[in-house]
Order: sequence, then structure tokens, then C-alpha cells
Amino acid sequence: MKKKMINFNLNGRKIAVEIEPQLTLLEMLRDRLGVKSPKCGCDRGDCGTCTVMLDGRTVRSCLVLAVEVDGLTVTTLEGIMKDDKLTPIQQAFIDNNSFQCGFCAPGMILSATELLKKNPKPNKEEIQEALSGNLCRCTGYSPIIDAILEFTKGGK
Amino acid sequence: MSELKFVGQSCVRIDGKVKVAGAAQFIDDLDFGPNLLYAEIVESPHAHALIKKIDISKAEKYPGVVKVVTGKDVPFKFGLYMHDRYVFALDRVRFVGEQVAAVIARDARTAKLAAKLVKVEYEVLPAVLDVDTALGKNPPIIHPDLGKYTHVPWFFPKADTNIAHWRKVRAGDINKGFAEADLVLEDTYTVPRYAHCAIETHGAIGLYDFSDRLTVWTASQSPHTQRHLFAEALSPLGLSHKDVRVITPFVGGGFGGKAGVSMEILAAALAMKVKGSPVKVLWSRAQEFYNTYQRQGVVAKIKLGAKKDGTITAMEQILHWDAGAYVEYGANVVNAAGLSATGPYRIPNVSIDSICVYTNLPPGGPYRGFGYSEFLFGLESHINEMSRQLGLDPVEFRRKNAIVGGDKLAYGSKMNDNGLLEAIDKVAEEIEWHKKPVSNNPKKAIGKGFALFWKAPAMPPNAASTAFLKFNEDGSLNILVSAMEIGQGYQTVMAQIAAEILTVPLNKIRVELPDTDRNPYEWQTVASHITWGCGKAVERAAIDAREQIFDLVERALGKKRDSLYLDDQKVKSHAEPEFALSFKDFVISGIGKPDGTYRGGPIVGRGMFMPEFASALSDPETSQGGKPNVHYTVGASAIILEIDKKTGKVKIPKAVLAVDVGKAINPELVKGQVTGGLLQGIATVLYEDMRFDKNGKLINANFSDYKIPTAMDIPDEVVSIIVEVPQPDGPFGARGMGEHTMIPAAPIIANAVENALGIRIKSMPITAERIALTLKAKEK
Repeated sequence: MKKKMINFNLNGRKIAVEIEPQLTLLEMLRDRLGVKSPKCGCDRGDCGTCTVMLDGRTVRSCLVLAVEVDGLTVTTLEGIMKDDKLTPIQQAFIDNNSFQCGFCAPGMILSATELLKKNPKPNKEEIQEALSGNLCRCTGYSPIIDAILEFTKGGK
Repeated sequence: MSELKFVGQSCVRIDGKVKVAGAAQFIDDLDFGPNLLYAEIVESPHAHALIKKIDISKAEKYPGVVKVVTGKDVPFKFGLYMHDRYVFALDRVRFVGEQVAAVIARDARTAKLAAKLVKVEYEVLPAVLDVDTALGKNPPIIHPDLGKYTHVPWFFPKADTNIAHWRKVRAGDINKGFAEADLVLEDTYTVPRYAHCAIETHGAIGLYDFSDRLTVWTASQSPHTQRHLFAEALSPLGLSHKDVRVITPFVGGGFGGKAGVSMEILAAALAMKVKGSPVKVLWSRAQEFYNTYQRQGVVAKIKLGAKKDGTITAMEQILHWDAGAYVEYGANVVNAAGLSATGPYRIPNVSIDSICVYTNLPPGGPYRGFGYSEFLFGLESHINEMSRQLGLDPVEFRRKNAIVGGDKLAYGSKMNDNGLLEAIDKVAEEIEWHKKPVSNNPKKAIGKGFALFWKAPAMPPNAASTAFLKFNEDGSLNILVSAMEIGQGYQTVMAQIAAEILTVPLNKIRVELPDTDRNPYEWQTVASHITWGCGKAVERAAIDAREQIFDLVERALGKKRDSLYLDDQKVKSHAEPEFALSFKDFVISGIGKPDGTYRGGPIVGRGMFMPEFASALSDPETSQGGKPNVHYTVGASAIILEIDKKTGKVKIPKAVLAVDVGKAINPELVKGQVTGGLLQGIATVLYEDMRFDKNGKLINANFSDYKIPTAMDIPDEVVSIIVEVPQPDGPFGARGMGEHTMIPAAPIIANAVENALGIRIKSMPITAERIALTLKAKEK
């Protein structure tokens, strides 16, 4: 199939890349550009571990074609850190043991980041709903919810 | 013991930053350059068939294909406890999805397309899809060569049947026991298969390089066991253990599913056929469901006798395990469960038959709980029914029969000291057991459920752990062990143990992930034995380093050895309060003498632990005579359920779990295991269910149809209670608890449903639909 040239912003850098039209955003990020924090857990939008931000909104990068991001801004976990330092929400994940194996953490942190941007003081139910598309098999979720609740209370 | 500074503290995890920053590398994150090849697996569409012919000619010619490999190219057997399977099915397939051939190509898409061109001719055989058929009259025999298979001495396969192993336990006089009972109650409980559902799927990359060495990168809980099994299986090709290297990056969840060797054998074997190029095998989510280990299903027939006062006099259990097509690992689950199927109770007269049955379903194997989750559903449901019929409080009934230290176990050895009674009392208090819950909503019913649990590490008697501990120039430490980080946080725990002895803070300790070339031997990260066994090895390595330091300071500086102690990364002396020598001044360089020479040199500690008192050998007819289990970790758990009487939908206001961990090295990590393990267990009762069609094909091999819990599906409150009755041979008294938190989840829910609605559901899962339908049937 004919390749297509696309231009987009990835974590603050301009990217121009020629890709096959059938490539997914997840495949392009991982296999072409070497950005490995989005993971492939199911390849069908069920698990959320491939979550990235597209113009500030979370998407499942396994369900988005790479050609669709032409002209847009893509942010992965690597891109949310300011001056390469952990964000306060990442720190809250460390402080609350909100991860175990760490495989879901990149997607989970991006979903939490999006939630707090839209709703800086979410209650427990709102947090649960916002994270319900990101599966975690280790933690039982409550340490993740606690991290976000503590974060909103502490005003970190 | 002086006051502990690191052990017992909820230190922040040392793998926090690497994981929340997305820097942690998992198997699929490793780069292998443009020479990397990809393998696609050709799978059996049949549950049971003979392979008549494989035509690879079309696939071989497809542009971009490098090689097509079938079973004849690598006709090697492998297995952990029993050699009952080949790398690829050779002449017979035994489950839908079994590997028959592989197409290796320069890219994954080409491999996938070309795999469809491999033509396999089958002669379909009748499939055995349940234990009743497998054990019935003249069943199809799934392994006609069973009698010739090699296996560990504690397995008892029955040739020319579908029985791969039969664990018998006999204690006391079972007939006398039932004769003494005022009530004898019999029932049957059924548990289906389950999937681990780690969010990371299995993956492996093999490279057989031009120096004739095989390196395999795997997502595994068992790097050394994998090295051993690869070397053993591929030894006909001239490999020895020193030629095989297994490297394991971070693992995205294990739960037993990544123990032993399953699909990884493919990467190892295929690499041998494409010398010089790394070859990658990565499981899709569907393959993760149908071609790794699944938790085995079980049908449990229980007969229990007790006196009016609640004393249990006898127990008979017959467990039929649906172990699947291959049992090289799963038969040991059956074995472990059989030995311990009495649960944590003192029962004088016991008869247990735990029977491992081959079926034409995917291979069964280890899953968090290792058989105990499976049998405890029936046992703890039955205990509740027994107490109800005796008119006794279910907690009191359990308390009366609860096993204590020194009691005789069913197979003859003595129970270790434990805090089971304390756990029962604390859980009963926390859940307010004696307060009957009432709903103020007439559409809802509230109930409470209670259960005990226990589990011993199921391991060979000589399962060993080793540790190297290396000091660096600045006094920091690298600890080399081959335990695997699967989420539990063992790196932090090992660092805390070393920190306590060597007074080096956690920010100066790195615990390395396994690489079998570099890190010393560890059996496997399974059985909840790492904190106990590997922790002991690390403790001993730290003590070894400390003693080397004392020896050196005495020899080089003439200090009185008995007065020396470590404090704040320095050697100090009780005899000379002003003396303080920083680690960084000598742990690599040695101690300088006035003449310009040095004494000592790099400090490297070494520690090893193997339970020398364990033995798996016993009388096959009774299991009397050995010491198959090193110790048990015990506990109690309870739950409050609120059930919608119309829809059957369940809400969990509160769950409580108390576990006797011996010593909590890191209490917050213990709590993390409770919260996570309980939900994983709750999911097996309320949400998850593996469904096979009439031809043995798994029909819900994805997360849309096999529902694991989301953040919306959790209890409102989980209370974890730590009980600490020390384990004398554990590091600082610690014993394992990672699997245990999942084990009581099923019966606490079944018992709470009964408590709320008066219905006893005897087969899992207990979904909302199931509750609603059972309730409706009862009302009619």
C-alpha cells in the first residue's frame, strides 16, 4: 500500500514520518519512533494500557490509525513530565503504592492527568469512572484512587 | 534484637520512579535491531486429533519467509515435573490452539499471512472435555504413552487411563470418625477454569548466536528454571547449561501464569533453527487466554462428620481436577491441594483423593493460590452448611476446630506455630460478626460471610535461593538475586533486609533483575516463598559481608572484633567510641597501611538458603512419612454483601482479611497484596467465567467477554490486618503471604450470599444472573 507522509507534534517535538496507512498510532509510536511507555495489552481497546493523549484528550492508541494524527499533538507519559521531572500526580502514585507490576501505570497516569485537568476536585465515584477504561490486575485499584484523592485534598 | 530501622517500616518502593516514569522495560520494549525475525504460530483447530500430514511448501515460498518449523525439526520433550509435552505437537494435538508449526519471517505481518498457507491434515478424534468423560467407561485416552513419561518421584500416574497423578492422603480411621459423628453431611462443589489476565501478555525472544550460545529474553517468573528446562530439552542439539542464558526484564504481572515454561520454549527452539538472528514470539491477548496455563477446574465431593458440640471427627474429599492437555506443572497443583485439602482444621480421621485428570482443554497450571483457592470454595462453603445444620455459629465452629501449632497434619507432620485464632478474632471484631446486618431498603438484602484460609509454599524439597551482595566505591550496594519483580515489590523487601544488617539506606541499594549469567540461582518466583527463602539468602549474604568487614578491620587495624558493630554506613567499636570508619573508605579499596600496602579488597557477600528439612517422599497410599510442606501461612477473612433481590447485583460495603505474615517487612506492601489479591479472588466469584464451546474452543478469549474488574467494581472498604507470629527460619521472622489474599474470596462471598438470601450456590461463578435466577427458583 502507498505510504503517506504525516506531520505531528510528539511530546513537544515536531515529527515528520512516512508510514503505511494501516499502521496504528500505537505501532507507530512503539515500533517506528521508539516511544515505549504506551503498551499493547489487548490490541482492541479493552485494557487502556496503550492510552496516549491526542490534543489533550486520552485515546486508545491501538484503535487510532497513525494517519489520523496528521497535524495534531500526541502526548505520551514521556511528554507530561516538565523538565524531565515527575509530575505531582506521578509522585502521588509512588507515595501511595499505586502501582505494582507497573505495566498499566503509564496509561493510568495519563487518564488521571486528564481527569484532574477537567475536574481538579473529583470525588471517589468520579475517579472510579474516569479510570474504568484502564485495567489493572495487581493493585485492586484503591491505592490508585487514594493517590488521586490525596492529591486533590493536599493540593499538591 | 535491637530496634529495627528498616525492617517493619513501610519504606517507599525502590522501583517507583522507573515504573511511574514509564522507563521500566518489559519484554516487548526491548530492541533487537533490524536482524530481528518474527514467528507466527500455526495452531490446532481441533481439541483432539492425529496429525496426518503437514504441507509447508506454500508457506516456505512466500516472500519474506525465512523458515517454517514443525515438530519434526525440534522433536524434544519438556516439562517441569513431568515430561508430557513436545515443543510442537508431533503426531497428535490435544487442545484447540495448540502449536503445530511456526512461520518465521522478517516482519510480523508476513509471518501471519504465511502461517495461513501451512496446510495440516488431521484425523479428528473424539475429544474429552470434562472429567466425568475422562474417568468414565472406555474414554478416549489422551496420552497413550503416559506409562513411559518421566516425572518426579512424588507423582503417581496411572498408565492407560487419563489419570496423570493421584494423591492419596489417609489418616486415622475414616469409618470410625464418621461413626462418632452426630451429623454427617455430603455435597459436591464445582469450580470452573480461570485465566490470570496479567495485563502484559507472554513474550520471548531467542538468539542462538555464532558462538553457539543461546540467549532467551522472557517475561518470566522463573529465569533459572527456564534455563534448566531449555538446556534439558535442547540438550540433543549440544547445548549445556553454561551455553544457555535467560534474561528477564520487568514482568507486567505474573500470578503464576508466567511461572515454569509455557510458550517460551518456542522462542528457545526456533532460535536454534535460525542461527545468528534473534526471533520473537509474542502472544496476542487471545493466545494469552488459550495457550498459557489456565487455572484448573475442580469438582469436589466433600463428606464431613462432626459431633453436636462442633468437634469435627472425619473428612472425606474426592477432588477431580480438570487439568487439561498437559500437566507438567498442573499435576503439582493437584498434589499440593490434595495434601492440604483439610483446610486449616484439626481433623483426626481423613481420606483425601486428589486426582489429576487429562482433558482436551488447554493445559492447567499454577495460578495465585495453587490449588487452595480452588478447593477452599467447596470446603469453606461446606463448613458453613455444617455449622448451620448443627445450629452453631460458623465462626465459633471454625474457631473450635482451627489448627494450632503442634497439631498433627493429615500427612503426619506437625503444624507450625501460627496466629490463626488471633486472625479469626480480629476479623470477627472488625466485621462486627455478632451484629446481624439489616438493610433499610426492602429491595436489598445484606449478608456477611466468613472463611479461613491457609497455604504452604508448594515446592520441591530442595528449592533454593541464592544472593550476591556487592559493595561499590561510594559504599552503595548492588544486590544480585534471581527473584523476579512481578509487582509484589520484592526488590524493596530485599533492600530492606540488607539495609537492616548493613545500615545502608535504601537510596543506596539497587536490586538487579535476573540474568542467569550474572545473578545467582533462584528456583522460581512462585509459592509466595521469595520473602522467606530469597529474603533469608539476602540476610545471609548481608551477614557474610558484615563478617568480612569485621575480619578485615580486626586484621588491618587491630581492633577488637567482638566490639565492632555497624552504624550509619560505618564500622564502629563499643571499645573505642571515637572510632568510625566509613564503608566508602575501604569496601573496594581495602584498608591502607602506613607502608603503602593495602589489606582486604572488594567486599562481596554470598548467601544461600535451602530448606534442608523438607522431603516429598512418603507412602503413596497414605502420604504418611514425609515433610512435603515447609510451613503454612494462615488467616481469616470476612465480607459484607448488599444484594439487589431483583437483579442479583452485588455491592461490597466492606471486606476484611487478616493474615499471619510472621513479620511484615514492609506493612504497606502487605496491604497492597491484600487489596489486590482480594479483588482478584472476588472477580472469580462475581464476574469471571471461562466458556468453551462443544468442540473445546474457548469462546471468550478477550476482555470484552471475559470480564475482569475495573475501578468501578471494587469493595467500598478493604481492611487488612497483619498478625505476626514469627516464622523461626524466615528473615526477621517473615513468611510469605502474596497468594493467600486471593484464596478465601470465593467462600466468603458464597457464605454471605447464603447469609443474605438463604440460598446456597454450590458452583462458581456466583454472578448476578445466577443469584437472581436461583432466588427466583426458590420463591416458586
